[in-house]
Amino acid sequence: MDARREVWRIYRESIGILGVSLLGGLFAGLVLGSDAMRAGFADFPGLLLLLPAFLATRGNVYGAFGARISSGLHQGLIDPEFEFDERLVNAVVASFVNGIGVSVLIGFLSWGILRALERESARLVELVGITFIAGVLTSIVLVFGLLVLVFGSYESGYDPDNLIGPIVTMLGDVFGVVFLYVAIVVVGVVL
Amino acid sequence: MSDDLGTWRFRTIVATMFPILITLSVLEMGSGYVLESLESTYLDNPTLLILVPVMIGMGGNLGAILSSRLSTRLHLGTLEFSPRDEQLWTSIAAIMLLAVTVFSALGVAAWGLGRLVAEPMALADLLVISVGSGMLLAIFAVVLSVAATYVSYQQGLDPDDTTIPVVTNVCDILGVVVLSAVAIAVL
Repeated sequence: MDARREVWRIYRESIGILGVSLLGGLFAGLVLGSDAMRAGFADFPGLLLLLPAFLATRGNVYGAFGARISSGLHQGLIDPEFEFDERLVNAVVASFVNGIGVSVLIGFLSWGILRALERESARLVELVGITFIAGVLTSIVLVFGLLVLVFGSYESGYDPDNLIGPIVTMLGDVFGVVFLYVAIVVVGVVL
Repeated sequence: MSDDLGTWRFRTIVATMFPILITLSVLEMGSGYVLESLESTYLDNPTLLILVPVMIGMGGNLGAILSSRLSTRLHLGTLEFSPRDEQLWTSIAAIMLLAVTVFSALGVAAWGLGRLVAEPMALADLLVISVGSGMLLAIFAVVLSVAATYVSYQQGLDPDDTTIPVVTNVCDILGVVVLSAVAIAVL
């Protein structure tokens, strides 16, 4: 009986967080399945190839940023305030460089792989343009969104460590695909 | 720039993270390659596309829950790597229950939402695909978490720094591969 109670305890602890991440993923999936997005995938061959890398690297870049800010608060290295702080600025700039840098790299990789396989691909400038624009927009929202959430939860007495993982996954999924779509539209109009 | 920034220096953060990000992106391309190769299947069945983001993230979430429990018990010295470790089975049972709940909900929700974007697939097919690939993914997540914790314990590494990133990223990569394999088998 004890084991059964323990199973339910773990279940109850985690189901809410997984539910939040499920909702974010479903929203992202709905955007991916929409007519407009499918047309984008058909117009720019290579986008489906880069999609998993684009979505998965969000979690790594901004999860690490969130964890750093959270540990920094616990250790008293930074204050939960939006004012100039050398450590905070360094961490923010590094996340922008990592997030945007890896987005551009993913665009290159996707184009290069299709070229090497002699498969049809969108032009390099189109794929990199899309991942660059989507990377810049997701970086801005995730970095500042995470700061607001982490500072806010820290100040109201919650331990941000428990929230960062699922929140990053959720925000990354939702804004990742939305900004990917925005970038497809922009590149379609401009290039 | 002063030197007392330590590990908060912009250059240090980028120099540590970027090589890892490059490696992960290259590995993720494997999962993208599966998606791209099945382009017509996915674009003709938009309901399957709805499953993709959850499949990419959820295996990692389940693995992270188990890994952090294993890691905490390892630090406390209460973890035994033995099939008789009851707490281990308790955690695994909880993970499996969570997986059944989440992936059933995913199947039903994707079926409902699928009606918004296209002719939906049959609910039964979608549930088999969602729950079938979800449970396979959960099994991978469990095996990977236990194996990664064991390896980092044997190597004297702190599992907090090693298992969670490894398990999350491997599950992210496997998600689309497992989903695609099950979808092809069912359709």
